[in-house]
Amino acid sequence: MHYRTPLREVRGLGSARAGTRHWWMQRVTALALIPLVFWFAMALAAWPSVSQMEFVRWVSRPWNTILLLSFIPAVFYHAMLGIQVIMEDYVHTDWIKIMGILAMKLLLAFLALASMFAVLRLAFLG
Amino acid sequence: MLDEVYRQAPRIGSGEAGPRRPLSPHLQIYRLPVTALLSITHRITGVLLTLGLVLLALGLMAAAAGPVSYVKFQAFLTGYVGQMLLWGWLYALFFHLCHGVRHLVWDTGNGFTREHLNIIAYLEIAMSLVFTLAVFLFTRFL
Repeated sequence: MHYRTPLREVRGLGSARAGTRHWWMQRVTALALIPLVFWFAMALAAWPSVSQMEFVRWVSRPWNTILLLSFIPAVFYHAMLGIQVIMEDYVHTDWIKIMGILAMKLLLAFLALASMFAVLRLAFLG
Repeated sequence: MLDEVYRQAPRIGSGEAGPRRPLSPHLQIYRLPVTALLSITHRITGVLLTLGLVLLALGLMAAAAGPVSYVKFQAFLTGYVGQMLLWGWLYALFFHLCHGVRHLVWDTGNGFTREHLNIIAYLEIAMSLVFTLAVFLFTRFL
C-alpha cells in the first residue's frame, strides 16, 4: 500500500517555475507606479485644501477614478512585496516570520479593498 | 581575557571552537558609503510609505462615509502633524521613486562603476528634493 503521494517526491526539489515571480512583479508594479506616482503626488498635496464636495467631484471625474483604481492595487501590491522581503530578511524565527508575512498581506489586501470600495462609492454614489 | 573569549567562541557555520575572525565589515566600525546609506534609506522609506498607505485607506473611507468624517480627516491633514506626515510621505515617495528607478537601471546590468555609483547617488538625493519642491510650488501657486 502506497501512502506517499507524488507531492512528497517533488517537495523541496526547487523550481516550480515560480521562483522569479516575486522579483518580476515587484519590477512590473514599480514600472506602473512611475507615472502614477507623479499624478498621485500632486493630487495628494492638494487634498488638505479641498472640501468633501470638491473631493467627491474630483474622484468621480472618469480619468481620476480610473487612475485611482490603477494606483491603489499597484501601490498596495508593490508595498506587499517590499515589506515581505524586509520581513524575510530581519525576522529570524520561522513561525513569527510566516505568520507575520501572512498577517501583513491580509491587512494590506483588506486596506486595498477598502480604498477601492471607497473610490467606487464616491464615484458612483457621490 | 578577550583572547580567551575569541578562542573559545564557536566559528560561524561550524560546530567547532577556534579563533573567530571578522567576517565582514561590521556596521558599527565601518563608515557607510553614501550608496549604502541610500540603500538602507530605500528600505526605511518603503516601510514609512506603507504605513502612509494605511492613512490613505482611512482618508478615502472617511470621504466615502460622508462630510462629517471627512471634515475630521481634513482637520488632521491640515494640522501640524498631518502636514508633517504628508510632506514627509511625499519626500519619502520621491526618494523611493528615484532610488527605485536606479534599481531598474541596475537590473539592466548598467551603472555599477564606482564613479557612476556616487554621482547617481547624489543625483538621486537632488532629484527627490527637486520633485518634492516642485509639487509644493505647484500646489501653492497653480
